[in-house]
Amino acid sequence: MKVPMSWFADYTDISGITPKEYAEAVTMTGSKVEGVENIGENIENVVTGKVLSIRPHEDSDHMVVCMVDVGEGEPVQIVTGAPNVKEGQIVPVAKHMSKLPGGITIKKGKLRGVESCGMLCSHDELGLTSADLGYEPEYGILVLPEDTAIGMDIKDYFGLNEEVVEYEITSNRPDCFSVIGLARETAATFKKPFKLHTPEYNENSENINDYISVEVLNPEKCTRYCAKMIKNVKIGPSPKWLVSRLRACGIRSINNIVDITNYILLEYGQPMHAFDLRDLEGNKIVVRDASNGEIIKTLDEQDRTLTSNDLVISDGKKAVAVAGVMGGFNSEVKPDTTTVIFESATFDAASVRLTAQRIGLRTEASSRYEKGLDYNNAKPAVDRACELVQMLECGEVVGGIIDCMGKTKEQKVHDFRPDKINAFLGTDISTEEMADYLRAIDFEVDLDKMTVIAPTFRPDIEAEADIAEEIARFYGYNNIPVTLLTGEATTGGRTQLQTTRDVVSSLLKAHGMYEIRTYTFTSPTIYDKLLIPPDSDLTKNVVITNPLGEDTSVMRTTTAASMLNALSYNYNHQNAQAKLFEIAKIYLPTEAGKLPDEPEIITLGMYGNTDFFDLKGVCEDLFENMHIKNVKYVADTTNPTYHPGRCANLFINDKKIGTIGEVHPTVAKNFDIEEKCYLAEISFIDVFNAITKEIKFKQLPKFPAVTRDIAMLVDKTTPVGDIEAVIMKASGELLDTIKLFDVYEGSQIPEGKKSVAFAISFRATDRSLTNEEVNKVFNKILKDLEYKLQAQLR
Amino acid sequence: MKQKLEEINSSVEELLKNSTELDSLEEIRIKYLGKKGELTAVLKGMGALSAEERPVIGALANEIRDFLSSEIDSKKKELEEKLQNENLVKEVIDVTMPGNKKEIGKLHPLTTVLNELKDIFIGLGFEIAEGPEVEYDYYNFEALNIPKNHPARDTQDTFYIEDNIVLRTQTSPMQVRVMEKQKPPIRIIAPGVVYRSDAVDATHSPVFNQIEGLVVDKGITMADLKGTLEACMKAIYGNSTVVRFRPHHFPFTEPSAELDVACFVCGGKGCRICKGEGWIEVLGCGMVHPKVLANCGIDPEVYSGFAFGIGLERLVMRKYGIDDLRLFFENDLKFLKQF
Repeated sequence: MKVPMSWFADYTDISGITPKEYAEAVTMTGSKVEGVENIGENIENVVTGKVLSIRPHEDSDHMVVCMVDVGEGEPVQIVTGAPNVKEGQIVPVAKHMSKLPGGITIKKGKLRGVESCGMLCSHDELGLTSADLGYEPEYGILVLPEDTAIGMDIKDYFGLNEEVVEYEITSNRPDCFSVIGLARETAATFKKPFKLHTPEYNENSENINDYISVEVLNPEKCTRYCAKMIKNVKIGPSPKWLVSRLRACGIRSINNIVDITNYILLEYGQPMHAFDLRDLEGNKIVVRDASNGEIIKTLDEQDRTLTSNDLVISDGKKAVAVAGVMGGFNSEVKPDTTTVIFESATFDAASVRLTAQRIGLRTEASSRYEKGLDYNNAKPAVDRACELVQMLECGEVVGGIIDCMGKTKEQKVHDFRPDKINAFLGTDISTEEMADYLRAIDFEVDLDKMTVIAPTFRPDIEAEADIAEEIARFYGYNNIPVTLLTGEATTGGRTQLQTTRDVVSSLLKAHGMYEIRTYTFTSPTIYDKLLIPPDSDLTKNVVITNPLGEDTSVMRTTTAASMLNALSYNYNHQNAQAKLFEIAKIYLPTEAGKLPDEPEIITLGMYGNTDFFDLKGVCEDLFENMHIKNVKYVADTTNPTYHPGRCANLFINDKKIGTIGEVHPTVAKNFDIEEKCYLAEISFIDVFNAITKEIKFKQLPKFPAVTRDIAMLVDKTTPVGDIEAVIMKASGELLDTIKLFDVYEGSQIPEGKKSVAFAISFRATDRSLTNEEVNKVFNKILKDLEYKLQAQLR
Repeated sequence: MKQKLEEINSSVEELLKNSTELDSLEEIRIKYLGKKGELTAVLKGMGALSAEERPVIGALANEIRDFLSSEIDSKKKELEEKLQNENLVKEVIDVTMPGNKKEIGKLHPLTTVLNELKDIFIGLGFEIAEGPEVEYDYYNFEALNIPKNHPARDTQDTFYIEDNIVLRTQTSPMQVRVMEKQKPPIRIIAPGVVYRSDAVDATHSPVFNQIEGLVVDKGITMADLKGTLEACMKAIYGNSTVVRFRPHHFPFTEPSAELDVACFVCGGKGCRICKGEGWIEVLGCGMVHPKVLANCGIDPEVYSGFAFGIGLERLVMRKYGIDDLRLFFENDLKFLKQF
C-alpha cells in the first residue's frame, strides 16, 4: 500500500514531522514502512514554458530554434529536434543547470553552432508514463493544456513533489489497506486528533428506488449492499489533483467515474463498482449464487466459468459482476454512459477468496474483501463517491439510497482486565493509559463495566491477547521491560540420539570429510541415472502435487543421487579430490493420508586419490569408536548403482544397515564424473541402536603376548574375511589380535592362487603362554585353514 | 708383575689419549681388560705369587682395572658426546618448511552456527525437539490458528502432497507437537528443514532451515520474551548488539513482533546492506496465541508462553558475509573449507 504523506492532512496533523521520523514512528506502532519515495527528487529546475516563435536552424534540417517564455521576462533560446513543436504550445522546459531522472544535467551549450539554453522535454525524459498522464501522449515533446500557467515548477504541475510512503500491511489489518485506516494509525502514533470527514452533497428530488430495486438472495455471503444513482453523467478526464493522488498510489487514471471508484478504494479501502444503468435489464439487481457452469465475461474480456459456490451480481436476466472480484464486461462504464449505479457492498471474506482462487483472478478488490471488510464502511464510502461526483461536476446525484443489510455478527464485548494484561506483558501500565490507547483507535472502553468493544473494521480483535497487543504497540514494544525467564527450572540438553549424530559427524570430520547440505526433493528420473529398475521399491516416492518443476517434484527415497550431485559439482569445479558426508533424511511413503517415514541416512562419498578400502576404513573406524561390534561386510554383486565386484552390504547382527562400494562406472558417468568414486549409505538409527551404551573397563594385560606370522596360498577367490574367520574360530580365547599384512599374486605364485599373510598375536589373561601352548593353537589354525579353505602354508 | 701391571696402565693411558674412534675404545677394552686380555692374563698368573705378594698385587691389579675401565668409560662418554654434537650439526633442518598434516574435515557452516545456537539455548535450559518435514495440514496450519481459506496461507506458498498433507512451511508445527505431548514447563527449540515454493535465486530457496523456539509456563510475559531473545542475540552477535522489537502479525502469536538488530555495517544510520533502514530483520516472535494453547489442551487462563522462529540461512549469511544462498547447497569444497 502506497500513500502520499500529504493525503493524511485531510484527516490529521503531521506537519513538522520528517519522512524519516514518520517512517520510524509508525513502523514501531505496527504499520511497517518499506520505504519513502519522492518521485520528484530527481527533477530540478524544470518549468512550464510557452513557445513564442520558431525559426529554422541554419545548419540542420531536423532541428529548429525556439524562443521560449519561461516566466522570467526575457525569453530563452532553445534548440530542439522535436517534430511536434508548434508556436503557442505550453511545454516542459529544462532550463540551464537543470536535472532530469537518470542523473542527467542539462547545461547551456551550442547545437551545431547555435546556442541552446536548455531542453524541451518529452514525458519520457521527465520519467512519466502514459499511466501518469492518464492518456497516451503523441511522440515528441509533451504538450500541456493551453491554460497552463507559465513558469510553474513541473513538479508542482504534476504533483511530483510528494513524499510517498510504502507500507507492508499484514493480512490481519484490512482497515490499513486504506488512507483512512493508516491516517487513524498515524494520528494515534503521534497522539494527534483524528477527524473523519462526513461527505456532503446535494441530491435531486428523484428517488433511486423508482428506477431500480436490489434483492440479496444470499445474506450470509453479502453482508451489505449499498447503491446510489448518478444521472447526467459526463464521462471525461479527472482533474490533476485526483490523477496525482491515484498515480502516487500506483493506480492509473481511466476516466472521472472509474477514477472516483478507485479513489474510494484507496481512501476508504472499500471496493466500488460503477454499472451503466442501460445495461441492467429488468430494473433490478440481484445478489445470488451463480449457477453451475454459468459464464460471465469480466472487464478484462475473459470468459469466466462459475460454480454454485460463487456469488454474482446480476440484473433481471444475466450476471453483471463476480461479487467482490471483478465487474462484467457487459455493464462497464463507457464514454457515452449517462446514468451510473454505484455499488458499495461487503461480501463474505472466505467466499470471495475461494472464488478469486478458483477463477484465478486476484484483484485489488478481492485482495481486500478476502481479509474481511467492514459493513459499516460501505455507506460512508458511497456517500463520498457522490460527494466527489459533485466536486468534479460530472453528474447529478439521484435522491435516496438502496441499503440492504445481510447477516452480520454482533460485536463481542470483551472483559477489560488491566491487571491480567499487565501480567501478560510484564508491564505496569495504568488503566487510564490503556483506555487512552484503545480509544485513540476507536475502541469503546467502558471503565464502569470494565468492558471493551472493538470497532467493526477490526475483525482481528477476537480476545484479550489481541487487546493486549493494541495496548502494547502504542505503549511501545521497546518500553516493555526486559526480564529473564524465571519459574520452574528445566535441565535442557541433547538427547542421546542427538548427541550420537554429533559424534558421528566429528568422527567423519576427523577422517577429513566435509559435511554437505542437499535438497531433499529430486527428480523422478534420478532412478534411471542410478540404474535403479522401475519396479524397485525405491521408485515409490512421496510426490509433490504442485512442484516448482519436474526436477524437484518428488521427495527422495535415496541419498545416493544427492551425494553424487555434490561429488559431481566438485569434480567439475576443479577440486582434484573430495571426501563428503551428510546425515539427512529420506522419505518413504506409508499409506494414503498418512505421513511417510523419514529415516536418516549417513551418506559418505569420495573420489580422487582414494579407494574402496579408504572408505571402508572410515566405516570401520566409525563403528569401532562407537563400540559397535559384529559388523559384517558381505559382497553384493546385484546392487545396480554399484560396481558388481566392489560392493558390500553392511550387517550388524544379521540386520542389513547399509551399503558401501565403488559407484558403477555408468552411474558415475551419468553424473558427469569421469573417475572412480565411492559411496556408502548407512542407516543412522540402526547405527544408534547398535552402540554399546555402557562401556565396562577391562584389566590391562599382565602377561606378554606371543606373535606368530603365517603366510599361505589360497584360491584367488577366497575372501580374506573367510580366512580371518577360520583363524579366529580356531584360536579361541587365546587370540589377542589378528592383522593382515600382505596379499600377493604374481611371480612365484601359481595361477589362480594368491598368497595371504597375517601376524597373529596370542595372549592369556592369567599366565605367560608357553611355546607348546602356542604351537598347539597354531597347528590347529593351520589344520583348519587347510581343511576348510584348502590353504597351503608357505 | 707389578711392573707389568704398570706397563699395562701406562700403555692404555697412552692409547686412550690418542684414540678418536668409539670402535678403538672397545678394542682397547678387549685387548687389556677382556676375558683374554692382558690384565686378565696377569691376574690369572697370580697363583704363582707368594701369599704375601698376592693381596698386594691383587689390590694393585684391581685398582688398575677399575681405573682403566673408568678411564675408558669417560673417554667413551667424551667421544659419544662429540659424535652426538657432530650429528646434531648434520641434522639441521629447515623449520620453515610446511608440516605434515592430516586433513580434518569441517561441518557445514549451517551446522556450525546451528550448534552455537543450540548451545546458547541449552544453557538457558532448553531441549531440542525434532519432527517430520512432511506434515499434516492440521499441524502446519489449522492448529496454529490458520484455518483453511485464511489469507495468511497465501504468504506461505505451500507444497502439497495430499489435501491434508504438506511439506511443512515452517517449524512452528513443532510447537503443537511438543505441547500435545508435554505439559508445562516447556522450553524447547526445534531446528529443521522447511519448504516454500520459491524459485531458487541468490536470496531464495525452496528448501531452507528454521529454528523454532517455544516456552510455556505459568507467568511467562512478553518481557521474558524480550529478555530471552535479547540475550540470545547478544550471544550470537556480541554484547554491544542493539535490538528492537517491532509489532508484526503472525496468526499463532498475539502480540506478535519482529526482532531487528541495528545494522552491523552502518550501526543504524542506514546503508546499502540494511537498505537504508538502519535495521536488519532477524526473526519473528510473539506470545503464544491463546487459541493455539487451547488447541493443544493447555489452559490459556493458567499458562502463557512465547514462541519465535529464526531463519538459519540468513543468520549464517550475515555472520560470514555470504551473499548468495545457493552456495549452501552447491557444496563446493572451496566454499566448505572456509568455515
